[in-house]
Amino acid sequence: MSEHPVLETRDLTIRFGGHVAVDAVSATFARGSLTAIVGPNGAGKTTYFNLISGQLPATRGQVLLNGEDITRLGVAERTRRGIGRAFQLTNLFPNLTVRENVRLVVQAKANRGFDLFSMAARHTELIEKADHVLAQVQLDDVADQKVAFLSHGNQRKLEVALLIALDPDVLMFDEPTAGMSVDEVPVILDLITAMKADPGRTILLVEHKMDVIRSLADRIMVLHNGQLVADGDPAEVIASPIVQQAYLGVEAEDA
Amino acid sequence: MITRLLSGDRPGSPILAIVLLAIFLCLAFAPFLFPGTRSLETAARICIFIVLVASYDLLLGYTGIVSFAHTMFFGIGAYGVAIAISAWGPSFTSILVGGAAGVALTMVLALLIGLFSLRVRAIFFAMVTLAVASAFAVLVSQMSWLTGGEDGLNYAIPGVFKPATKLMDGRLFGVRLDGKLLLYYFVFVSSLVLFLVMLRMVNSPFGRVLQAVRENAFRAEAIGYRVVVYRTAATVLSASMAALAGVLIAVWLRYTGPATTLSFEIMIDILLMVVIGGMGTMYGAVIGATLFILAQTYLQNLMGAASDATSAIPLLPDLLDPGRWLLWLGVLFILSVYFFPTGIVGRLRGRAA
Ligand SMILES: Nc1ncnc2c1ncn2[C@@H]1O[C@H](COP(=O)(O)OP(=O)(O)OP(=O)(O)O)[C@@H](O)[C@H]1O
Ligand SMILES: [Mg+2]
Repeated sequence: MSEHPVLETRDLTIRFGGHVAVDAVSATFARGSLTAIVGPNGAGKTTYFNLISGQLPATRGQVLLNGEDITRLGVAERTRRGIGRAFQLTNLFPNLTVRENVRLVVQAKANRGFDLFSMAARHTELIEKADHVLAQVQLDDVADQKVAFLSHGNQRKLEVALLIALDPDVLMFDEPTAGMSVDEVPVILDLITAMKADPGRTILLVEHKMDVIRSLADRIMVLHNGQLVADGDPAEVIASPIVQQAYLGVEAEDA
Repeated sequence: MITRLLSGDRPGSPILAIVLLAIFLCLAFAPFLFPGTRSLETAARICIFIVLVASYDLLLGYTGIVSFAHTMFFGIGAYGVAIAISAWGPSFTSILVGGAAGVALTMVLALLIGLFSLRVRAIFFAMVTLAVASAFAVLVSQMSWLTGGEDGLNYAIPGVFKPATKLMDGRLFGVRLDGKLLLYYFVFVSSLVLFLVMLRMVNSPFGRVLQAVRENAFRAEAIGYRVVVYRTAATVLSASMAALAGVLIAVWLRYTGPATTLSFEIMIDILLMVVIGGMGTMYGAVIGATLFILAQTYLQNLMGAASDATSAIPLLPDLLDPGRWLLWLGVLFILSVYFFPTGIVGRLRGRAA
C-alpha cells in the first residue's frame, strides 16, 4: 500500500466540445504533502478538481487512489473512499441550519444515513462532533441560524467546515479564502495548517494569494490552458521563466 | 412520551398545536361527536387521506421529487384487497394477502421507476410517472375480468366490520356498538400508526438526508450520500405508504374502482392538500387533508344554502350554485398560496419563530 502515492492522475483529460479544459495532466501526490495548484482564471484548476472528485467524467486518462483506479466511480463512492472537497462557489444546504449542515456530514461519515426509525435529534454524539467542528471555524455562535441568512464570509467558513467534518484522507480546497474579509482569513489558514500537521493527510489547495502559497505549500503545480506547465519545489517554480510569464506576470497585481 | 411519539417534531406554534389536537380529538371521537353516516364517511376519508397526503409529502416536500404516480400506488393497494376478496371471499386472510401483494407490487414498480428515471433530470421522472400511471389506468379499465373495468369491484368485508354486526348490546353515548364503528376505529388507528411511522421517518437520520437531497443534491453526493439510492428509497417508501392507504380505503368503502383510487382528479387533490397544508412538514398533511375534504364535502351544501338565500339578488345565486364549488375551491387555493406560500403550517410556524 505504501509504495503507491495516495493520489495520482495519469494523462487526465477532459474536453468540452472543441475546448480541452484539462489536458493530459499527470501528477502524483504523496501522503502528507500540501500541493498548491495555481494558474490564471480559466486555466482548468477547478475542472481538474472536478475530475479527481468525480463531478465530471474524464474524456481520457485515470485517477488512482492508493493505486486503485477510481476513474469510473461516482462522487459519493469517491468521497466514501476518502476524497473530500470544499467548493470554490459556496455550495451548501441553504434552508437548513448551520449545525444541521455540519451534522449531515458527520452523519454521512458515520454511515448512519439509512437509519430510518431512530430520532436524528437523539444521536447526540453526531451533534457534539458537529458542534466541535463549528467551534473550530468559529461559527458556534450562529449554529442555529439558517444558512441562507449567513454572511458571505460565514458561508465560506461553513464551506470549509463541511470538509473538516468529513475528515477525509485527501482534502481539496478550491480558493478557500476567496471573498473573505481580511480578519476572517487567518482562521481558515490556521485550520489548513493544522490539517497539514497531520502526516496522514494529503492536501490540494487552489489559491491565488502568493504569500499563502509560500507559507504553506511543499510543492506548486502550475496549470495554463489546461496543461501542467510547471511542477515542483515552490521557490524554483516561482522563479521559473514560464511561471513568471504565464502566471505571475499576469497576476502580479493581486499576488 | 408524547415527544417520542411525535419523534421530537413539535408543532412549534401554539395555534398549530391546538388545531392539530382539535383535529385529532375530532377524529378520535368522530362516531360520538358527529353521529350520522355522512359525517363518519367524511371522518374516515380524512384519516385515510392524511396518510395518503403525508406519504406524498414525503416525496414532494421532503425529498423534492414530483411524481404523478401516487394514485396509481394508492390504487394498487386498494385493488389488491378488492381482487383478493372477490377471489377468496371476505376474510382477513384475503385482506392481508391482497394488501401484501399490492404493497409488494407497489415496491417493485416504484423501485423500477426510480432506478430507471431518478438518475436523470427531475422533470424526466415526473413525466415517466405520468406515463406509467396513465398506462396503468388504461390497463385497469381494459382488464375488466379482473378489475371490473370502469365499474370497479363491489365486495363484502369480514363480518365483524359489517354495520349489521352487533358487537355488544346497548349503546355508548347513544351510539350503537356495531361493526361499522369497529371498522372506523380500524381505519383511524391504522392511519394514526402509519402517520406516526412517517413522522418518525422524516425526523430520522434518513429523513435528514432526504432534506439534504432536496436542498442540494450535488452537495449531498459530494459528502458521500448516494443521491439516486436515497431518492429511490424515498419513492419506494412513499409508494408503499400510499398502497397501505389504498388498503384502508378498499376495506372502508367495500368498493374499489378507478374513480375512488386511480383518477387524475385525486392526484390533483393530493397535490392541493400538500400545498395548502404546507410542503415539507407532516403536520401540513393533516391540516391540508382535513380542510380540503371538509370543503369538498360541505362547501357544496353551504353554497346550495347560500344560493337559495340570495335568490332575490341577480348574479349571486348563479355564482353560488353548488355546481361551481370547484371554482370557489380554486379561488380559495389561489388565495391560500398567495397569502401562505409556505402553506398553513409554514405560516403558523413562521409566526411563532
Ligand atoms: N461544465 C463545463 N462545460 C463547458 N466548459 C467548462 C465547464 N467547466 C469548465 N469549463 C471551461 O473550462 C475552462 C476551465 O475552467 P475552470 O473553472 O476549471 O478554471 P479555473 O482555473 O478554476 O478558473 P478560476 O481561477 O476562475 O476559478 C474554462 O474555460 C471554462 O469555461
Ligand atoms: Mg476555479
